[in-house]
Amino acid sequence: MAIATVPSPTSSTNRIVGLRCRSCRRADPIGLSYVCPACFGPLEVEYDYTIAGRTLTPAAIAARPPGIWRYVELLPVDAPPRRSLPVGSTPLLAADRLAPSLGLDRLWIKDDTRNPSLSFKDRAVAIAAARAVEFGVEALACASTGNLAGATAAAAAALGLPAYVFIPADLEPAKVDHALAYGATVVPIEGTYDDVNRLCLEVADETGWGFVNINLRPFYAEGSKTLAFEIAESLGWRSPDVIVAPVASGAMFTRVARGFEELVEIGLIKRRPIRFVGGQATGCAPVATAWAAGTDEIVPVREPDTIVRSLAIGNPADGRYAVELANETGGSIEAIDDAITAAAIRDVARLEGIYPETAGGVTLAAAAAARRRGVIRPGDEVVALVTGNGLKTPDARAFGVADGVARPGQPGLAPAIRPSLSAFERWLDGGAT
Amino acid sequence: MSTVRIPPTLRTSTGGAKQVEVQGSTVREVVTGLVAAYPALGAQLLGEDGDLNRFVNAFLNDTDVRHLEALDTPVADGDTLVLLPAMAGG
Repeated sequence: MAIATVPSPTSSTNRIVGLRCRSCRRADPIGLSYVCPACFGPLEVEYDYTIAGRTLTPAAIAARPPGIWRYVELLPVDAPPRRSLPVGSTPLLAADRLAPSLGLDRLWIKDDTRNPSLSFKDRAVAIAAARAVEFGVEALACASTGNLAGATAAAAAALGLPAYVFIPADLEPAKVDHALAYGATVVPIEGTYDDVNRLCLEVADETGWGFVNINLRPFYAEGSKTLAFEIAESLGWRSPDVIVAPVASGAMFTRVARGFEELVEIGLIKRRPIRFVGGQATGCAPVATAWAAGTDEIVPVREPDTIVRSLAIGNPADGRYAVELANETGGSIEAIDDAITAAAIRDVARLEGIYPETAGGVTLAAAAAARRRGVIRPGDEVVALVTGNGLKTPDARAFGVADGVARPGQPGLAPAIRPSLSAFERWLDGGAT
Repeated sequence: MSTVRIPPTLRTSTGGAKQVEVQGSTVREVVTGLVAAYPALGAQLLGEDGDLNRFVNAFLNDTDVRHLEALDTPVADGDTLVLLPAMAGG
């Protein structure tokens, strides 16, 4: 594998110190590398927060255009890329109608259903893609549970790079079509996401392609921090009491926490405790299972069985860190049955006009579960991360619903009626059409 | 003999070899044999307890050994063991 490197830091970029192993703390130069050569641990980007904080002030941020690059000092790129999709600056919406049904007093929804490819993955991919261009890779690629497929394909289209998207062969058709529409080469693999991921680790090594969530992972993972930056900015530079987020690999969950930590570090927000609540699907809940058992040893799930495909990672690399985060902050990791998830999707769409994909249903149901458990308390200000759009998982909404036929006063799909006022009036009266 | 595929990160310890043949009747014996042949791999692969460290996932014929009998999984002649970094998220 060719290791590309960028020139040594200059005065304008030295807020980025380099890569550092999360486990043994060994330093490595910025490059297309993701594994510590000494101990095999994950590499992460290290910043000089004194330098970053000099120019990243509320006034400076307010004067910048919308999107994730307004926080560039805390992102692992030297400068905003010349070409990038308009990612981020999604709204934080007061969910006053939904909150009571979840048992919550104050609920905000971070609505990431409206990123360019309709999920939060655009945040991570934008940063990975920017670095991929610097490193001069021939193609962008990813191993995906679905949302990343669309995000990678869209970013590659905007940059004029070929995209190779590896997915489990039985993925939701809407997600496959989405990636195909952007011109990606979609490679279905017979197996689970974890099989796809294992294969892609080997493919990344052999091809040198820029796999956003493998050899570009140190940069990719940083994208999720922008969720924290935007939430804090939307709240007037402060943090909420509770963050609720979906957990698949655990990377986003833990990086949102780091985003808030960094804002404290450079003085943009005051340090206040934030409880972190994660949600998983019962049919693939290795992290929730470990949390409930009081251990951080993650037992992988071999055959996930859930409609929540976007969270169906049986072998979550950051699962241990997600358990630690929940424990250290007084949070929890909740496991949610698919029928509850589907009901949560229907509720938030019906009550707030926000239509999430399955992970969003898990997240909102996890908020309710954490409230019942007492992790979320009366009066708490809760922010739920709704990370993907319901149009990606169109079959999930109706899961567990026996009768979706509309009758007067009850939503659903009405039977076809003749185009006459009298036919409509008969239907409205509950009669035959 | 079984075949062990070596990822690029570890190839500095194997003199650049992409795969090596190792004797052993279990995954543990194969890993032990591998480290005996290339001692520099010990620091990269093994934890303080002498087992694979938690950042290493081992796959026997493309199946995660934690779904089999972990390090006690029997290895037959001609099997392929792949050692990869623990990394997932899509």
